[in-house]
Amino acid sequence: MALSIEEIKKLITSSIPDATIEIKDLMGDSNHYSAKISSKIFNGKSKIEQHKIVYKSLQGKMGNELHALSITTEGK
Amino acid sequence: MDIKLEIKNIIDKNDVCLFMKGVPEAPQCGFSTAVSNILKHLNINFKGINILENETMRQGIKEYSDWPTIPQLYIKGEFIGGCDIVKEMFEKGELKKLLETKNLI
Repeated sequence: MALSIEEIKKLITSSIPDATIEIKDLMGDSNHYSAKISSKIFNGKSKIEQHKIVYKSLQGKMGNELHALSITTEGK
Repeated sequence: MDIKLEIKNIIDKNDVCLFMKGVPEAPQCGFSTAVSNILKHLNINFKGINILENETMRQGIKEYSDWPTIPQLYIKGEFIGGCDIVKEMFEKGELKKLLETKNLI
């Protein structure tokens, strides 16, 4: 089952409430996305920690229902 | 052998390890291809571990690094990141700098 842009946004926002999120469906197939996320929560954290926070917000869907989500994170 | 121990042995024995889908000569996923090409571009010798050949390894590496996706790059025993992070580091020149610091270039 593929995830829609809205579903992905909802998942991320539920654990990172201040997140500014920009998602693109790269191939128009609801399966390859890129997401640009900024939040205060990322401030002072390493890229690995920042991406882990995003992966955790996706509740195990990354690598399963969600095959390809390229992530860019930055602080606020 | 315990999978975590096996992974640790691979990482300890090889300065640069890429856990990937496919092999460096023929990656089987766009993200694995991207990281593999970056390492080749930098003329780095690396050990490619094809997780598609080993389901235990595929799950094991995700738990080992607490990271849900493949590829995963390790340099001198340290987890560097997946495709997005490696690409970003490469574009900013940080990856080359890191490899130079570790005397791998």
